[in-house]
Amino acid sequence: MNDAVDVALRLLIVFAVFLTFPLIIGQTEHKVMAHMQGRLGPMYAGGFHGWAQLVADGVKFVQKEDVVPAGADRRVFQLAPAVALLPYLLVLLAIPIGPGEGAVGQVLDAGIFFVLAVMGVGVLGSLMAGWASANKFSLLGGLRTAAQLLAYELPMLLAAASVAMAAGTVSLPGIVHAFQWWWLPWQIVGAIVFFVAGLAELQRPPFDMPVADSEIIFGAYTEYTGLRFALFLLAEYAGIVVLCGLTTVLFLGGWHGPWGAEGLGWLWTLLKTAVLAFVVIWLRVTHPRLRADQLQKFSWTLLVPLSLAQIALTGIVKVVIS
Amino acid sequence: MSIAAASPGFLSPTGVEIAFLLVGLVTFGAALVTVTTRQLVHAALWLVVALGGLAVEYLLLTAEFIAWVQVLIYVGSVVVLLLFGLMLTKAPIGRSPDADSGNRWAALLVAGAAAAALVWVVVDAFRTTWIDLDGAAVGTTKVTGESLFQNWVLPFEALSVLLLAALVGAIVLSRKAKADAAASSRAPQERGDQGADRSEDRNTDRSAQEGAR
Repeated sequence: MNDAVDVALRLLIVFAVFLTFPLIIGQTEHKVMAHMQGRLGPMYAGGFHGWAQLVADGVKFVQKEDVVPAGADRRVFQLAPAVALLPYLLVLLAIPIGPGEGAVGQVLDAGIFFVLAVMGVGVLGSLMAGWASANKFSLLGGLRTAAQLLAYELPMLLAAASVAMAAGTVSLPGIVHAFQWWWLPWQIVGAIVFFVAGLAELQRPPFDMPVADSEIIFGAYTEYTGLRFALFLLAEYAGIVVLCGLTTVLFLGGWHGPWGAEGLGWLWTLLKTAVLAFVVIWLRVTHPRLRADQLQKFSWTLLVPLSLAQIALTGIVKVVIS
Repeated sequence: MSIAAASPGFLSPTGVEIAFLLVGLVTFGAALVTVTTRQLVHAALWLVVALGGLAVEYLLLTAEFIAWVQVLIYVGSVVVLLLFGLMLTKAPIGRSPDADSGNRWAALLVAGAAAAALVWVVVDAFRTTWIDLDGAAVGTTKVTGESLFQNWVLPFEALSVLLLAALVGAIVLSRKAKADAAASSRAPQERGDQGADRSEDRNTDRSAQEGAR
């Protein structure tokens, strides 16, 4: 009985995080982008600095009509948002935020493989949406999504493999337990490659060519309305939470900090995740969109060699110190 | 209870065994739909279900590492590559009238023979092997890694060489196509052609890399 309550409680907490954190990041994006561009951003909804803007947006999305185009493949079209969103919920289950047994939804033996595998599944949602919409812009968006994913999954995996080599384990809590402060300079190249490749997988600017709203009208999501469109947006922001959390856990030492790692470790995790999320927003405001050929070139001629070099460096240091 | 634990049989299945059977049925059904449906993209999506079902089976057999790698490679990369190809060739929504082959009976025969051989080998090899679900996990990353790099290093390295050969072969083939295209269309269009070929080159290269993983 106790076990069942424990499991239910964990699932509930992870679900609550899944529902609130993306909204917090979305609201932060509104405000940070506005201030970086010399605007105020949302100011009215909810009274204090427009804090309830996304709640209002949610209400608006729910009220809109759910349209499925006549030529579309109905079932695939309707299923796509769920396929895009659910993987991020599953990934959140495996990310540890503190050192204790109770600070992770579910301890997995091969956690790093689990999170990367399940994150890869999320992209199927965009592909299904792009194909099933029966729209040329959507098809282009789907194609660009697939091309981008194929290019950026390899450096991401290699960077993650480097940190797994350094820790000697593929379990996420195990990696953070093994973390030492000098890993930061040691793995910094891998960290940057992982973060950048993750951004590309999430299709965040400057890698937002698959959803480029000014060229192909939001790509795979062109035909979506109402709640299903909102689910795709939620998937994007949940993806930011997952990517920043993973980068924190793998490369920035998770709950380790200059002090208070035992009791307040989870605060360090959240703080690092929040700083990374800020960087994601910052990049969106400051960088122009990359072209298709630039994207591919960036991945194959820069990120892949860098991640391979990082693996070599990890191996050499590991052999020297052992 | 003690008798059942001493010699497990088929007559009083545990929950895990029932789940294994049900997931197996779903996987089998999805695989059947994959090869019989007339809608190309649906076939690819049913393939996702079949491969995912296989991953769940691995999980139920306590092989966690293999299960996640299965999802990572097959669902995350191979199916994405398939869908990419289908989208590039503008797979139609709805039935494709030509999505049928005169070879289907031969294909069924080969598939049936391959399945029979595999089932026979697996049953013959593991007939009396039972996984103790309550004891130490036998399929963890540690166990898999130790077994792979102690007992099976030679096949592992042979596979690496094979994949490397495939990679080099793909690059050579795409280079040859490029040289042919350059030879057939001279002068004015040369620059554009080379650009197109270069991107094609990159595509092949990429798929080869995917394969190597």
